[in-house]
Amino acid sequence: MGQRSVSEDLFEWPSEQPTLLATKCDACGQVTFPRQDSCGRCGKTAVSDTTLSRSGTLWTWTRQRFQPKNPPYIGTESAKDFVGYGVGYVELPEGRVEARLVVGEDETLEIGMPMTLTVVPFATDADGTEVVTYAFAPGTGE
Amino acid sequence: MDDVAIIGIGMHPFGRFPGKSAVEMGAAAVRAALGDAGVEWSDIQFAFGGSYEVDNPDSVVNFLGLTGISFTDVYNGCATAASALTMAANTIRLGEHELGVAVGMDKHLPGAFAADPVAYGLPSWYGETGLFLTPKFFAMKIQRYMHDHGISPETLARAAAKSYRNGALNPDAFRRKELSVEEILASPMVNDPLTQYMFCSPDEGAAALVLCHADVAHRYTDRPIYLRASVVRTRRFGAFEVHSPWLPLERSDAPTIDASKAAYEMAGIGPDEVDVIQLQDTDAGAEIIHLAENGFCKDGEQEELLANGATEIGGSLPVNTDGGLIANGEPIGASGLRQVHELVLQLRGDAGARQVPNAPKVGYSQLYGAPGTAGVAIIST
Repeated sequence: MGQRSVSEDLFEWPSEQPTLLATKCDACGQVTFPRQDSCGRCGKTAVSDTTLSRSGTLWTWTRQRFQPKNPPYIGTESAKDFVGYGVGYVELPEGRVEARLVVGEDETLEIGMPMTLTVVPFATDADGTEVVTYAFAPGTGE
Repeated sequence: MDDVAIIGIGMHPFGRFPGKSAVEMGAAAVRAALGDAGVEWSDIQFAFGGSYEVDNPDSVVNFLGLTGISFTDVYNGCATAASALTMAANTIRLGEHELGVAVGMDKHLPGAFAADPVAYGLPSWYGETGLFLTPKFFAMKIQRYMHDHGISPETLARAAAKSYRNGALNPDAFRRKELSVEEILASPMVNDPLTQYMFCSPDEGAAALVLCHADVAHRYTDRPIYLRASVVRTRRFGAFEVHSPWLPLERSDAPTIDASKAAYEMAGIGPDEVDVIQLQDTDAGAEIIHLAENGFCKDGEQEELLANGATEIGGSLPVNTDGGLIANGEPIGASGLRQVHELVLQLRGDAGARQVPNAPKVGYSQLYGAPGTAGVAIIST
């Protein structure tokens, strides 16, 4: 079956080198993620589209070890099949982005380690379509 | 400011009460507070009611009596109770009324809160991808804090063990079984570095206060407790807050720091004058961070303070003497009024087995939570 992005306005996809979509304030230059029609800092409404850098460092992290309630979560695995996922903030030159992390259950995560953007499937629609979202994986992406 | 007095306190215990509505629990808490103050519901001139689950907390009048008073319902995230208290106090300060009630009640389902992120000004994908959760925020905040300030997992467990120990002394607490540091560390990991027993649970319960103008307090009681400050603040740009898909590189202080500074200034009281403390311990890490954010220590000093028992009932900084959120759970609308209820008991010397020694005179309470809201109250004899 096919794939779909969880949100059309979130990251470039499909792409070999996906990037996160953001906005930059025309007045104060603040970059805001995800895209919104006003500045997160000064509230002005003149903003322009931009994209974020793909690589940065891990700023903080945890692991989501219990299954979130559905809704709003759209993962449909049974509670006993739920293996959890990493969550963290990755510090990019433009700001710190919250993201799922692509790491094995026992793989070590450390603040400061290099991380690079990727796109991963995380849920499946009733018709079998895989739903993909952005995530960061360890490594510099080079 | 010492123009508002607390003359009555009442609780419906926190826990699980199948078949009993939040509104019934709210009415029971008000009745207890009225009895404590020695006044009748018909004497009450106004009320503020806080709840997350109940649209109309004012429905307590169905059980208390339909007296036609001004009754305003409040919801303001985890600072709901602080908002009800602040507005009740301001109503008295404005001279609009002299005698009123602040009540909070809630009845939550077990498990972490689930809501629609769009109602929080966030995109749908944030919830769909499993990021719209509060526990993992608290985990990431303490993870970074431990990295920056040298806090160990044992210190988190010590904070939780203290709360279970205090909860065991509190007949109204939800969790009354003592747990050791080892048991807390060995319980299942929920959101690293936080284990199951380091988290509070949403639950059920209610709490109420009767407030009056300080000038008339002695009509009702010979030991009024004065509300010296009650402040609510929200997140500023750059604060590391719950439900943030991104954070700017520039950082600013947490809303608790802003609320705390404003409250100390309003009260004319400093942290070194506080004798008994209530902090928002959604999880054990939050209590550790909030000790510093409220001015009771410097970042990193918690490691030594907790190892030395400073936050125990007999210590130099008694924290969450009734077991806090970890032992009482968090019925959101009631949680902050439970904190003040405990502080009033302590300042009156009525806290029984969990009484802080040497006649405490100043109490401090702090609430923090979604969506980046903090409340601080300071009370004194």
